[in-house]
Amino acid sequence: MSALLSIQKLTKRFGAITAVDGLEFEVGRGEVLGFLGPNGAGKSTTMKMISGFLAPTAGTVVVAGHDVRQEPQAVKAAIGYLPEGAPAYPDMTPLSFLCFVARIRGIAEKDVAGAVERVIAQTRLSDVVMQPIETLSKGFKRRVGLAQALVHDPEVLILDEPTDGLDPNQKHEVRGLIQSMAAEKCIVVSTHILEEVDAVCTRAMIIARGRVLADGIPADLKARSGAASLDDYFREVTGHA
Amino acid sequence: MRNIGLIFRREFAAYFATPLAYIFIVIFLVMAGTMTFFVGGFLARDQADLQPFFGFHPWLYLFLVPALSMRLWAEDRRLGTIELLLTLPITMVEAVIGKFLAAWAFTGVALALTFPLWISVNYLGNPDNGVIVASYLGSYLMAGAYMAIGSLISAMTKNQVIAFVVAAAVCFLFTVAGSPILLNYFENWAPGELVQTIASFGFMTHFQAIQRGVIDLRDLIFFGSAIAIALTANAYVIDWKKAE
Repeated sequence: MSALLSIQKLTKRFGAITAVDGLEFEVGRGEVLGFLGPNGAGKSTTMKMISGFLAPTAGTVVVAGHDVRQEPQAVKAAIGYLPEGAPAYPDMTPLSFLCFVARIRGIAEKDVAGAVERVIAQTRLSDVVMQPIETLSKGFKRRVGLAQALVHDPEVLILDEPTDGLDPNQKHEVRGLIQSMAAEKCIVVSTHILEEVDAVCTRAMIIARGRVLADGIPADLKARSGAASLDDYFREVTGHA
Repeated sequence: MRNIGLIFRREFAAYFATPLAYIFIVIFLVMAGTMTFFVGGFLARDQADLQPFFGFHPWLYLFLVPALSMRLWAEDRRLGTIELLLTLPITMVEAVIGKFLAAWAFTGVALALTFPLWISVNYLGNPDNGVIVASYLGSYLMAGAYMAIGSLISAMTKNQVIAFVVAAAVCFLFTVAGSPILLNYFENWAPGELVQTIASFGFMTHFQAIQRGVIDLRDLIFFGSAIAIALTANAYVIDWKKAE
């Protein structure tokens, strides 16, 4: 298994606060890594560094062979990123927004329509493509965010809380979508919904205070807990048992 | 270049997606007209030129340009779309220039729509059209300098109202830097060189020179470098503040 995403001694400090502290892991094609941790654990900060938004204080991230410090554009091109809260331009319609992202992602003009249609179908946005994004429900906004992350069919997907705020049906759909792409991509999903890990992840990692506390396949992590539930194991390792 | 073009198109369209564009253009035209005819005495002067029109441009831009620039970065920072924009495979320079050019082009549209005044003055008399062309060019360059300052200040905050107020205040300082309003304050105690330096930053001084119909390279370089410096600082500020 070749690692598409390699995190090497990744550290981020904000003044005196160390948000991410020497994080190290690799994720390969076909893996869906569930990135777990309490609020403030450093999940989003790590994802912001992987996506090239924040520069690491120390260490680095290598995505598909490109180092984020040396080749940030190549890293950004290889990644599909859903930032926390799925931000999108409220004045645009999903259609114009996705076309904008597709073009800026370097998709050739003749292929833009095809790529946008594909993600609209994948994320089931066809009913709302002509409505301004600001008028959409939270669930649709999140799907627009997912669609923009998928439009260039990236090898590496970084999804920061992709199901946050969705109703159970929408959650089910998004999980189904992630599963359908799992085989040919490398996917990192941050969440604090532990059932999500069971549903979609092939591997789970628990972090707190910027460090890895546990890393393994969900069944193994569960087995380590006396109560045989990931929930209990999470509380145990993050110090709230 | 392609990315700058794409960002430009998105940002330019964003002005027209809300009533902001139309409100801005109407207010700009009404105020420019009112100033020209009632304050500047365009007709009473009985002279075929557009001096009463251009003379008020620094004062109009002072309030209207910050109204356009305030959203440039503050809105992206508040909505979190800055994270989306800066994780697309574009460079910071492309993002800064694309956004700036869109806002500047929009001011260009508003300025271009004042053409009926130009036609009127040609109908009423025989103005020196060379001077008018130079004044339009100077006015547009000056608007660009105000816009670049506004863009820089917009990058410093998530709050658009703060961006507007601070940008208007800073633009005011640059407007009056060469005039007695500010210089009187310094003249009594500051060394002559300092007073001269402050005076040389005055937008009004440089614009008045162009308005006389003399396109001096120094005035063009002044506005050009004001734009370049403000936009460079803009890129650094975004990089510095984006984590917040």
